[in-house]
Amino acid sequence: MDFLIFQVPMLTLQAVLDGLLLGILFALIAYGMALQWGVMNIINIAQGDLVILGGYIAYFMYLYGIHPAWGVIVSPIIMYFVGVIIYKLVINKVVDRDLFISILATFGISILFMQLMNFAFGADVVLANSGYGTTMLFDNSVTLPNSKIFSAFISVVFAIGLVIYMKKSKLGRAIRATAQNARAAKILGVDTEKVYAATFGINAALCGVAGALISITFTIHPYMGLPYTIRSFMIVIVAGLGNLPGVAMSGMGLGVFEEFADYILGTEFRIGSVFLLLVLILVYRRFKLSRKREYLK
Amino acid sequence: MIKNNLIIYLAILIFGLAAPFVFPAFKVQLSILCILIILAITWNVQGGEMGYNTFGNILFYGLGMYLCASVQVGMFFPLGEWTEGGGEKTFVHTPTQFFQGFAFGLVVAAIVPAIVAGLIGYSILGLRGHYFAICTLGLGVAAGEISGGIEIIGAGQGFTTPPFPNVDRLEARGEFFYFCSFIVLIFTFLAVKAIYSTRFKLVLNAIRDNEDKAEAMGIQTMKYKIIGWMISAFFCGLAGGIMGGLVGYIDSTDVAFDGREMGVFMVLMAILGGKGTLWGPVIGATLFHIFKEGFWTFFLGWQYVALGVLIVVIVIYFPEGIMGWLREKYPEKFGEVVDEADRKAQVTLK
Repeated sequence: MDFLIFQVPMLTLQAVLDGLLLGILFALIAYGMALQWGVMNIINIAQGDLVILGGYIAYFMYLYGIHPAWGVIVSPIIMYFVGVIIYKLVINKVVDRDLFISILATFGISILFMQLMNFAFGADVVLANSGYGTTMLFDNSVTLPNSKIFSAFISVVFAIGLVIYMKKSKLGRAIRATAQNARAAKILGVDTEKVYAATFGINAALCGVAGALISITFTIHPYMGLPYTIRSFMIVIVAGLGNLPGVAMSGMGLGVFEEFADYILGTEFRIGSVFLLLVLILVYRRFKLSRKREYLK
Repeated sequence: MIKNNLIIYLAILIFGLAAPFVFPAFKVQLSILCILIILAITWNVQGGEMGYNTFGNILFYGLGMYLCASVQVGMFFPLGEWTEGGGEKTFVHTPTQFFQGFAFGLVVAAIVPAIVAGLIGYSILGLRGHYFAICTLGLGVAAGEISGGIEIIGAGQGFTTPPFPNVDRLEARGEFFYFCSFIVLIFTFLAVKAIYSTRFKLVLNAIRDNEDKAEAMGIQTMKYKIIGWMISAFFCGLAGGIMGGLVGYIDSTDVAFDGREMGVFMVLMAILGGKGTLWGPVIGATLFHIFKEGFWTFFLGWQYVALGVLIVVIVIYFPEGIMGWLREKYPEKFGEVVDEADRKAQVTLK
């Protein structure tokens, strides 16, 4: 192997650290997807576009002179209502239907959002500069932008907060009950319609947080949504529904994989390798299950 | 009944043959319509009859497009130099070379995607439901991203297909591509119609309705699924090859592996017309194309907004499509025996 990354150990360390910090963000988005998938049995292709929309909220705060870090608080609040509105308009009509219907419908929402964002915010690649500076490690050979550390920290805070909320609060318990058995929950007096709306709203809010962090740490662009959807889908199928440590682990694993793919294959194959990895994981699982005469369903 | 059908077919055939001379301004639109109908029909073999909803047929379409153009160039000139930049100015196809290359390219563009479908079919078709849908979506996007990084087919800057050779008639280019796509459309339609009248279609329907039971009845479902996908891929590749020549310029993510446009269009057209019927995709594609062209012309810039709304509306309120709606309204026309009293009873039960 004559790749530069294997010859310079510090570069490897750099890639691993970058990947881990990036992966925590992916895990946050994937957590939202796992939540709605588990509760409502919906795969939301528009997940990535919600992330980008959340990012634009932080970016606009930055444009108007507010520090973009406040976007972490403002963006989820706005996105919660966006999520509830999407639920009321579209999602509640596809909840009990075939999964493919929900995939197609959210694909439509995704195209709609992409284009509306393109109109509203322009097709430029933008980022919200947080001005946090960078941390140098190991004699300046590993550089970590402080914004990445900040975003990973905020993601962990939000994830832990949500876990506690789901365990302790009344709505959290209602959501978990609906996930286990929607009919039984309905019989026992849970307003499932409200629970679904709240779930989708929480998912959108998580996307908003992640988007704000991404706009601080990386860049956003109206058409960048789909890779985030695919990444979160991949993380969820690797970890399984409702397996939170698994989501965190596989998210970080994916982040590291991406950084290495970036170094080894080149940046132009980065997104392609993510999509290819999804195909490979699905095929691997399919062969593993077919030994037991089972299939992914 | 048979006589009626024959008249309809003859009318369509005559219309198709006369169209480029009657509406010379719409030749390109009509060719694209033919391509769209082919794509909708092939998607329907896969998604409608077999029940494997795929976003990945765009893979074969794009593959066919690249293959056809590469063969057409590579047969006579070095491919690498052609795509390096301005190749179409340095090397010029003579008319014979152009048509020979195009014909041979189409053959390759049809066969190779079918082989690819056969090779990856065993792994991918073992997935079911939404896993299959997402996996094929990933496959299509990955193909686009990866082909955008390969130097010899033009990478990010695109691939200019050989320009149409200079012949005396000015309209020759449009007519040539129109008749190519129209002939392939007829070929596709007749082939699919023939397939639909055999046991093969029943097997596909059995797989759609309940794959486990079909397997329990002794059908080797995997074999049939792969063959079904190969048929889809064959015609998708053909359509892609012609489309590449028609557009004249191949870009990896915007023309060839255009999952956001063509990949969704085929699904939408088949659903709009009615999944699992022979005529549904044809009607759906025609209506969709008219709607799309209207929107693309009069609301330029808002077309994707309209497309997104259209997808949501069709999927939520109209999932059975036009043929499904007609079938519910006039079941007698579809060969279903209807007992009037029974029908009324069913309605009241609802």
